[in-house]
Amino acid sequence: MKFSRLILANLFRKKVRLLLTIGSFAVALFLFVFLGVVDDAFSRGADVAGADRLVVINRTSIINPIPLSYRDQILRIPGVKCITHNNWFGGVYQDEKNFFPQFVIDPENQRQVFPELVVPDDEWNNFLKDRDGAVVGAATMKRFGWKIGDRIPIKTTLYGLAETAWEFNIDGVYHGKDPKDDETQFWFQWDAFEERVPERVKGLIGWYVLRVDNPDDSVRIAKAIDTIFMNSPYETRTETESAFAAGWVKQFGNIKFLIVTIGTVVFFTLLLVTGNTMAISVRERTPEIAILKAIGFSDRAVLGFIVGESLVIAMLGCVGLFLAFLAIPILSRATAGMLPTLIIAPKVLISGVVAAVAVGFASAILPGLGAMRMRVVDALRRV
Amino acid sequence: MVRVDGSGTGGGLIQVRGLDKTYRRGSEDIHVLQGLNLDVSKGDFVAFMGPSGSGKTTLLNLLGGLDVPTRGSVTVAGDEITHMSRGKLTDWRARHVGFIFQMYNLIPVLTAFQNVELPLLLTKLSKTERRKHVETALAIVGLADRMHHFPRQLSGGQEQRVAIARAIVADPTFLLCDEPTGDLDRKSADEVMELIKQLVKEHGKTVLMVTHDPIVAKQANLTLHLEKGVLVEAGARDHQPWEGTAS
Repeated sequence: MKFSRLILANLFRKKVRLLLTIGSFAVALFLFVFLGVVDDAFSRGADVAGADRLVVINRTSIINPIPLSYRDQILRIPGVKCITHNNWFGGVYQDEKNFFPQFVIDPENQRQVFPELVVPDDEWNNFLKDRDGAVVGAATMKRFGWKIGDRIPIKTTLYGLAETAWEFNIDGVYHGKDPKDDETQFWFQWDAFEERVPERVKGLIGWYVLRVDNPDDSVRIAKAIDTIFMNSPYETRTETESAFAAGWVKQFGNIKFLIVTIGTVVFFTLLLVTGNTMAISVRERTPEIAILKAIGFSDRAVLGFIVGESLVIAMLGCVGLFLAFLAIPILSRATAGMLPTLIIAPKVLISGVVAAVAVGFASAILPGLGAMRMRVVDALRRV
Repeated sequence: MVRVDGSGTGGGLIQVRGLDKTYRRGSEDIHVLQGLNLDVSKGDFVAFMGPSGSGKTTLLNLLGGLDVPTRGSVTVAGDEITHMSRGKLTDWRARHVGFIFQMYNLIPVLTAFQNVELPLLLTKLSKTERRKHVETALAIVGLADRMHHFPRQLSGGQEQRVAIARAIVADPTFLLCDEPTGDLDRKSADEVMELIKQLVKEHGKTVLMVTHDPIVAKQANLTLHLEKGVLVEAGARDHQPWEGTAS
């Protein structure tokens, strides 16, 4: 502690440089958190996927349908607990920028397959009784300021439907049990959908989601399902929900690679900036360091001072984490519909602190070793 | 008593024997010090003079454990420092040597008090004890009222007095002064020299000083000249009771 005054005094000798260096740290850490949060948002589907859930899609592509008639055959496979089906509706509410996912659901089984998405019973019962009813995730309700009873027009051009608005009554709101659960979806009933689509689309669903009694049987059941429908006009591909979610994310490109690459470049640049700052700072103080050594400060103590200064800068730069903590919810609202909900996980903040410490240490180590090895007589000659 | 002929019996504070220092510059060997001998007793005040490049500062660096000789030995208060490791030399310097440099070399971002306190941070003294020592040192150099000033707020002479306070605060065995008045005007130089003499006379300090200035050198009790790598006695004065005697 008695050396802290010396470290702080040296730190504040060039205030503008200190501020700029802290600013570099803060910006890099802010970006680090933002990238981490985006990565987390995109991989969240895999994270929250039920271990006991399988997804069955058309083997060709998820945009190709499969028959509703497969449901009973799948249910007969030992180990299948329950099954539901969904269609992608792909509608637009008022404007394309107001994107949120709309799913045609099988109301009889939806809540059994997705028990983590909770709808109060009375609201659910109202939904079941209302052919034009809809259940909406809490995030989307909040985003558009909707309330139960509102009538929502949504247009779609999929399924050969003319671009006329379908109108839905909001009967209920679902909430996720976990903060990471997706609360942006808009559900409406299969029957309402099927009666309005053209004949050629009737009886075709987008994908099945099923739960199994024992997750250990998932591979066997997936194989059994795909075997049953092999060589049919609608061959299937069955995979775990996490694999399905990961595959879905890959459609956007290799997000993880992109984020890791940007993050690496940012931190490498930060390392160069802070390393250069520390090197200049040490070079400016060569005579002072020589004096410290002359009066008895050890080489290690000198190294400690320089590393200490760099670590203090890094810690002050963690203000970027705090700013990210404040800004991410705002960014999340601003990007609603374009990106999944952005949530700062504690692990991202902790990783930010660890990264700051690592960069702080790494940027000081070379100048510090130089100062440590400096011979007093050589340094004093430069005075 | 100061001797330069190597005839000392080893009872003095500083004993230098056969000291060589050779620098290599390109393909040429430059012999700065050649078989130098010196004996200094406690309380001596010795000035070293000589032309530029004669090795005065090199000698001071060797005596202060900042550099290692090519050959020979330096023994201070019974410790032979020439074979000490870098780490041990650092500890030894902290306990035995007070340095005073021409350019003062204060840390500009620390106050006078904090600059003087630096050597004490290496000791086990409590904060209160450190404060007491620093205040005493600053009082000795006449800057008790300037302890919270930064170096930029002090004159050159005052800065050098702070540097002297820093050099004496840990009560070192001896002081090494490298051109202590070289950057000062005559008045400030006289004040600094009065202070150094006071340290010798009233506090029994041993002082070895390098200077170019004959007026400054005269204030020591013995002046030695460095010529061709060895020390040559220039003269002694015996009218001041604290001064040593050249033999």
